[in-house]
Amino acid sequence: MTPPTTAAVQPVHPQDHLLRTDRIPHIWCSGCGIGIVFGALMAAVMKSGTPLDDVAVVSGIGCTGRMAGYIKLDSFHTTHGRAIPFATGLKLARPQGKVVVASGDGDLLAIGGNHFIHAARRNMDLTIICVNNFNYGMTGGQLAPSTPFGAKTTTTPLGSPDEPFNFCALAAACGATYVARWTALHVRRLTNAITEAMNKKGFSFVEVIAPCPTAFGRRNKIRRALDLLRFYYDRSVVKNQLDPGEATIDFDHSLAVGKFLDIERPTFLDHYEMVNRGEVEAWPATGVDASAAGKRKAG
Amino acid sequence: MKYWREPLDLDRIKVTRGRVTVVLDRCKGCEFCISYCSRGVLAMSKKFNRKGYHYPEAAEPAKCVNCHFCEVICPEFAIFSEDISDTAG
Repeated sequence: MTPPTTAAVQPVHPQDHLLRTDRIPHIWCSGCGIGIVFGALMAAVMKSGTPLDDVAVVSGIGCTGRMAGYIKLDSFHTTHGRAIPFATGLKLARPQGKVVVASGDGDLLAIGGNHFIHAARRNMDLTIICVNNFNYGMTGGQLAPSTPFGAKTTTTPLGSPDEPFNFCALAAACGATYVARWTALHVRRLTNAITEAMNKKGFSFVEVIAPCPTAFGRRNKIRRALDLLRFYYDRSVVKNQLDPGEATIDFDHSLAVGKFLDIERPTFLDHYEMVNRGEVEAWPATGVDASAAGKRKAG
Repeated sequence: MKYWREPLDLDRIKVTRGRVTVVLDRCKGCEFCISYCSRGVLAMSKKFNRKGYHYPEAAEPAKCVNCHFCEVICPEFAIFSEDISDTAG
């Protein structure tokens, strides 16, 4: 056996200035897609042209939640599911900053589901990156709200009996202004999508389908990370501007990826300032006819 | 590269040249860079790094065109390429 090789001087990676290099190598398994998304996020932060002091990364619990600990920017690793409330507070306290929430499907849309839909409803100016690996990877591969129907996990050894969420449709239905989905192998398009989402005013949601060979692939007979990465990519069909309701994750026919939604809508801060300046008309806008009140009898 | 016909401006086209560097101790041997290198530059080394993983090495370094795809696909921030068009001539 050849003895292990170690370079005397470690070469400096171009992204090292955004990495907490003392924490690298990170905890993600060999072939995990989160590292690719993390690299795309760092590239997008540089590409968006935002001053680095104005970017904050917030994440919740789970494998993806570790992102906040590895990026050398203002970052916070919140409790389970509470990344969006924390990010909301950050955004309101410092509205000129860009707040990116990077978390997994279990954190954002299972325990944090209510925070997600209400942040989308109020159109908080946040960028949400949801790394969807179809299970709870860190705790051992349990059933998640994204697990495809019939897929095996630790808690559903015979196959999942549940229909999964369509996160893009959920975000769009709740009022998001930017919705996109890519797989981890569409790195360049993913980087562009995250850049667009960061520069977009309003609730922007980017879903990334990432391989989890250790917890998800192993139980579903796609053990190699390379096969899982290619499996998602081969099944994907780019359908930009597709109605998010039809953008289902269907592995048998077509896994729709692309930019589904890019609209303008006043954000929470716009509305809040209007209310505080007294620029909002009394509700209801049509007024109430006082003379008519009481004339109509119930029933 | 093989052409089905010789491009008319072949003598004027400048192809960039790159040099691939691997941060050995970060690699976890997932082979993403090797499979997705469009020019087949990389191959798995027989050697191990400090963590016990095989790592990629530039088997045919002259083929690299500095497309940076290994750099963006690497989940470990363990590989990158630099432009050496000027020095290579």
